Amino acid sequence: MSALIEVRDLERRYARRDVHALRGVSFDVEAGQRFGVVGESGSGKSTLVRLLAALDRPTAGTVSFQGRRIDDQPERRLGFLRSELQIVFQDPMGSLDPRMRIRDIVSEPLGHRDPARVAELLDAVGLPAEAAMRYPHQFSGGQRQRISIARALAPSPRVLLADEPVSALDVSVRAQILDLLARLVAEYSLTLVFVSHDLGVVRHVCDRVAVMRRGEIVEIGDVEEVYEAPKHEYTRELLAAAPNLRAELARLKGDSDA
Amino acid sequence: MTLAVQHLRVADLVRDVSFEIGAGERVGLIGESGSGKSLTALSVMGLLPDELTASGSVRLNGKELLGASEKDLSRLRGNGLSMVFQEPMTALNPVMRVGRQVTEPFRVHGRRGRSAEELLAAVGLPGTARAYPHQLSGGQRQRVVLAMALATDPSLLICDEPTTALDVTVQAQILALIRSSLPAESALLFITHDLAVVASVCERVLVMLDGEIVEHGSTRSVLTAPKHEYTRRLLDASDLEAVGGSRGARPPAGAWGSAPEDGARR
Repeated sequence: MSALIEVRDLERRYARRDVHALRGVSFDVEAGQRFGVVGESGSGKSTLVRLLAALDRPTAGTVSFQGRRIDDQPERRLGFLRSELQIVFQDPMGSLDPRMRIRDIVSEPLGHRDPARVAELLDAVGLPAEAAMRYPHQFSGGQRQRISIARALAPSPRVLLADEPVSALDVSVRAQILDLLARLVAEYSLTLVFVSHDLGVVRHVCDRVAVMRRGEIVEIGDVEEVYEAPKHEYTRELLAAAPNLRAELARLKGDSDA
Repeated sequence: MTLAVQHLRVADLVRDVSFEIGAGERVGLIGESGSGKSLTALSVMGLLPDELTASGSVRLNGKELLGASEKDLSRLRGNGLSMVFQEPMTALNPVMRVGRQVTEPFRVHGRRGRSAEELLAAVGLPGTARAYPHQLSGGQRQRVVLAMALATDPSLLICDEPTTALDVTVQAQILALIRSSLPAESALLFITHDLAVVASVCERVLVMLDGEIVEHGSTRSVLTAPKHEYTRRLLDASDLEAVGGSRGARPPAGAWGSAPEDGARR
């Protein structure tokens, strides 16, 4: 039984600027996994997202989805992928058409209007049914991200590809959206690929994580292992640099005892 | 007091905000987008958009800033007051070499000061004076902005989310740089939404919600024994590790859905 997503020796080079965005990346995502990808800007995360969604073609290597190659197929043969894999983007304003009503945004992937399905999806993401008749600008950032998630769920995908879905949100809203994602992934038995620069966020939602730097995966493993006992120097560096509220609070409490 | 803000009000967006910052004190201002953090900072800087006016009192070293003439304010910005913004690319002039930009405060305010090379070396960027902003990374650009802000040895430095646009490893470097390069007698007002950052930089903290300061005190007391319900909620939401164990399971009751701040805004 092969993995749901298989990535082998993936390379993406942008010849004109001589940038090697991805160099020999290989990994598997099993069905039902919550797979995190962390890295800083320039690590190749976004290039990887585009290749996983077949929105771009690699210069070498392969991406297979359910055993079928998707990296060398023309768009007309990617229909199965378009319904099986859905993306939630970082900026919920930029990815929702400002002139469309929410009911049309959410039902667009279905190809037809389906008020019952829209109501069901809005309910699943915690929005009232009245939201269907409104426009994106009438919602807060967190609510817009809920709308993006409802749209992504519309065609009943197996895989949700989330590209920095909470990076533009306030902390309290961030926690709500992460919990919503975790709940939906469990309820609908989804496979989640979650890309973020934020180690804490990845730890919160994922069970497996790949750490990227300059187009390569430097470490991959179960979340607890990687966070508790990082093997690669760069992972240790990242973990040390990330602001850690718990450690800071412990230090502050320590001060008060002293 | 270096900075004394009393009954500051900006339209309905900042309401009756009062606080003080003494010489050498590092004070954090936390809150979410729309809470009025940035407007408070801009009122102090005298940089509010034209359609907004501030009332109340803002005193820097005893001098009233609200209602002061542009000429007086300009002199103060040269001597007493500077600011680091969130996005270094928009804060820098894209067609001016960074060396010329960091010494601009001296030219604008008709003073003499340290050389560009010296200012840039102090923020860890020796030999970059002839570079243009686009040739530098985001972290390097923010160092340039910081060099510019520190050029005049300000008695008050305001940082508005200075590391939000940066990678974590770069953020750690910039925070360390702010801590180490700010003169000991300078006051710092540090605006952020990240509680871990505020805990690592500031000794005192103000919590803003809907235009008001709802809690203030030492960083230790506010973050380890929060009194206001909003501060507690903010802490819960920020501590992702606490719910980390429930991965995939149903979130704790009330963690999502009907939480007011996601629904109430805009």
